[in-house]
Amino acid sequence: MEHKFKPEQMTKKYFTPWVIVLAAIALNGLAFLAMRFFFGIGSVTNLNNQFPWGIWIGLDVGAGVALAAGGFTTAALGHIMHRDKYEVIIRPALLTAMLGYTFVAMGVFVDIGRWYYIWHPLIMWNGNSALFEVGICVMIYVSVLYIEFLPIVTERFIGRVNLPGFLNRFNLLVDGLLRKLDRGLDKTMFIFIIAGVVLSCLHQSSLGTLMIIAGPKMHPLWQTPVLPLLFLLSAFSVGFPMVIMESITASKSFGLKPETDVLSSLSKFVAPLLGIYLAFKIGDMFIRETFVYLAEFNSTTILFGIELVVGVIIPLRMFLSEEVRNSVPGLYIASMLVIFGVVMNRFNNFVTAYNPPYATESYFPSIGEISVTLGFVALEILIYRLFVKIFPIISVPLKNVGLKAKYAIRGGLK
Amino acid sequence: MSQNRREFLKTFAAIGATAATLTAVTPKVTKGKSTRPLSPNRKGVLVDTTVCIGCGKCEWACKTAHDIEPGSINDYNTKLTDNSQRRPSENALTVVNQIDISNANSGKIKLQCMHCEHPACESACIVGAITKQENGAVTWDTDKCIGCRYCMVACPFQIPAFEYHKALDPKIVKCDFCINRTTEGKLPACVEICPVGTLTYGTRDELVIEAKRRIGKDPDKYFNQVFGEYEVGGTSWLYLADKNLVDGVFPKLGTNPAPGVSESIQHGLFAYFVPPVALYALLGGVMWLSKNKEKNEGGH
Repeated sequence: MEHKFKPEQMTKKYFTPWVIVLAAIALNGLAFLAMRFFFGIGSVTNLNNQFPWGIWIGLDVGAGVALAAGGFTTAALGHIMHRDKYEVIIRPALLTAMLGYTFVAMGVFVDIGRWYYIWHPLIMWNGNSALFEVGICVMIYVSVLYIEFLPIVTERFIGRVNLPGFLNRFNLLVDGLLRKLDRGLDKTMFIFIIAGVVLSCLHQSSLGTLMIIAGPKMHPLWQTPVLPLLFLLSAFSVGFPMVIMESITASKSFGLKPETDVLSSLSKFVAPLLGIYLAFKIGDMFIRETFVYLAEFNSTTILFGIELVVGVIIPLRMFLSEEVRNSVPGLYIASMLVIFGVVMNRFNNFVTAYNPPYATESYFPSIGEISVTLGFVALEILIYRLFVKIFPIISVPLKNVGLKAKYAIRGGLK
Repeated sequence: MSQNRREFLKTFAAIGATAATLTAVTPKVTKGKSTRPLSPNRKGVLVDTTVCIGCGKCEWACKTAHDIEPGSINDYNTKLTDNSQRRPSENALTVVNQIDISNANSGKIKLQCMHCEHPACESACIVGAITKQENGAVTWDTDKCIGCRYCMVACPFQIPAFEYHKALDPKIVKCDFCINRTTEGKLPACVEICPVGTLTYGTRDELVIEAKRRIGKDPDKYFNQVFGEYEVGGTSWLYLADKNLVDGVFPKLGTNPAPGVSESIQHGLFAYFVPPVALYALLGGVMWLSKNKEKNEGGH
């Protein structure tokens, strides 16, 4: 029998022992962040004139953008290709993308030396710069994500506006405005949904163009003119595993039954996507004959091997197995491996592969850099948890409903 | 339902029109800056490392000209004998090293920004804060820079430095070819103070001829290469030495301009905004078709 789902607010209490742990990690990160703003980037990071970019760019920005790919891949599947079955995962994926990109922007904000000029790319353009393209696209896409999220806000508050104190008299007015906004959004949402997918394809690939200009400073195992394509394909393949991982985690955390049949169907897309990525990655290696570097045995080639074997080949094999796709632990582990592989790939591209010509010692992230990166991740999870309690994001099975009441998700064409 | 579809088409047409307008208006912004012709009179410096005595006065003069605390001019000649490969930094826009670290009798080499003909930093800069000036200097604009340090990632010679320990107003620091002095008709500070004539300031094209003349006159003394003539598409600063400077002093670089590959990818992906607009249209088409299909099958 087909189950009917409807997004609901989570009712479980916010604080658990894990939440306390996450809060501690977040606070630790914020403390180091305060140091960065008072005493400069040099006081917190191991960056120097040889290594201008570290994990704040490699992980917070590079991996952060890739892991938020669940937003546009599920939007493409659910809204553009109209596979209604997947609507239950669109909202969680949208929330992750929205928070993910917000934290990417935060990562950029803390990494750039002159943070108060972060708005400069809006009016000072350099069309030659891959970074400019990434910057502009991310700025627009964050706005698009917020707009895509608005219908959830209107749905939450229409008919339930209850302002505190004397503001009470504006309840009706606010409600009316929300209804107006909701109607407007309903008619125009498809514009934003398509724009979101286009913008994502653009900047996911341009993120790969970033390191090309470093030329011979980048290890040949990673430096290739097809980097933009590899970045785009790996973003495609990490989108659904990210959604699967989150969905299972959220179900566990809120004591819900995992939406196994939806996740299993979704996981069928992963192996082909990973396979295409792997084919291009290996093909590029053979065309440029970079496999010769694998004969060397050092930390660089080991990291390359881990990225490719643990992060791509093993999960690819796992997602090909029906048994794995139908089991929750199997899905979870395989998805985690894909996520790990893409994080490793971004780390390798921005950090491992970068070999400046005059470096006397290699870069390793400082305690401060690691703290801030972990702090941001913790903060993101905490805000996610807060949002699913405030807004109807996670779908729960409905009991005794007719066909009419089938889940109604706003956005897309009705 | 049908009204919705009409609405959809209407809005879609509006987007198409907007995109077309954008396409018509914006290409001049996305045109490659580095494709503009270089001035034939652009300046350069020829560094003859066989002449340099390593006195370090150029370092002192450079700091003095750029408001960096220089210390005593007499302390500089000892700096390059400490057997370390020093690098230009936020505290010294130029440094003089021994070419061969372990050999105190080897030639001396002055290092600073090479002022590339097609600078990777200029191409990379997110806000266009770095500019190849008409007179050849590659300069940095404090009013634009956001401190992202992408120029440092891009530079093939690893020259730009950053003031990591400043919380406010940290700068990207590198040789500016003394643009403030040269526009007043003065020589760059390092060229002016050099007591032995290691540095020759002049039009780049003439300097290349002069360098080749010196090699031709004394082929035993010089390694037969003018470093910077063709490297990464050419640099304004040119070097003569008694040995090959590649791999010892400078990294091994091709003759293609450093931003070449990156810029052609970037402009390929955004050629007159056609690929993004086409993708938008394609996705819109898919969305419309799949909606119709579902309507026909599902009938709701």
